[in-house]
Amino acid sequence: MTTLPKLPIQKLMKQLAATRTVEIGCDECYDELDRFVELELNGKKPEEAMPLVQEHLNRCPDCREEFEVILAALGAVGRG
Amino acid sequence: MRERSNQEWCDELRSPQPDSAIADLRVVLLRGLRYGLAEHGVTAADLEDFVQDALVKILRELASFRGEARFTTWAQKVAVRVALTELRRRRWRDVSLQDLVAGRDEGDFTPAVLTDSAPDPGQVAVRGQVMDAIQRIIAEELTDRQRQAMIAVMQGGMPLQEVAVRMGTNRNAMYKLLHDARRRLQKRMLRENLSPQNVLALFSQS
Repeated sequence: MTTLPKLPIQKLMKQLAATRTVEIGCDECYDELDRFVELELNGKKPEEAMPLVQEHLNRCPDCREEFEVILAALGAVGRG
Repeated sequence: MRERSNQEWCDELRSPQPDSAIADLRVVLLRGLRYGLAEHGVTAADLEDFVQDALVKILRELASFRGEARFTTWAQKVAVRVALTELRRRRWRDVSLQDLVAGRDEGDFTPAVLTDSAPDPGQVAVRGQVMDAIQRIIAEELTDRQRQAMIAVMQGGMPLQEVAVRMGTNRNAMYKLLHDARRRLQKRMLRENLSPQNVLALFSQS
């Protein structure tokens, strides 16, 4: 076997343990993100109403970052 | 600034005189991005540019607003996507995928628990065998492209967006490529009676 780049095993195992057959992609997450953010800001448990979005946010660092910045932006401006 | 319903926002922005709505939306987005990106080291000029680009995008994509959230929430989402896309591009501009992956190749990714002075030599041996099995599964199951993308994202911390650009694809397809890679590894481990949970437990024992 040739020398191959090695992946960080523990991080990989955590991701594999959380891997599901059906996962939404970044596009679907983006489509739902404004509604998800509003549920979050209104204290309405978006993770229960939109579990696939929550799971995607747990896995995807890009979408997670966008979610956090939107939350900070809207939290600051109020609901205008 | 006067309150507008979703319909009023859309109607005004589509009208022959959209200036007042655009000016108000600009204020909302600018204030939001200023707070949202407070930790991202952006200048006032950056914020102005992001908002300008976001307004163009919002007007272009107005038809895709489904009205499931407040219009300003949707618009802020668009603005954040515009801003972070540009910030990621800048931050990673000088990093090539090859450098990242090659650099990692030379490194030692053996978990610290393997090299620690573990109390039980038998357990050290078991850990070594499991590590070898996992490395073999990774080598046999993943394509070069999947492996490189996983290393860049998981070890290199490169955003999916930037890996996607370097691989000539888009972020959504990159997520699906990584999902497929995780599914392949998961299935193969199952066939070999290795569960991720058990492997994690093995490596977290002292």
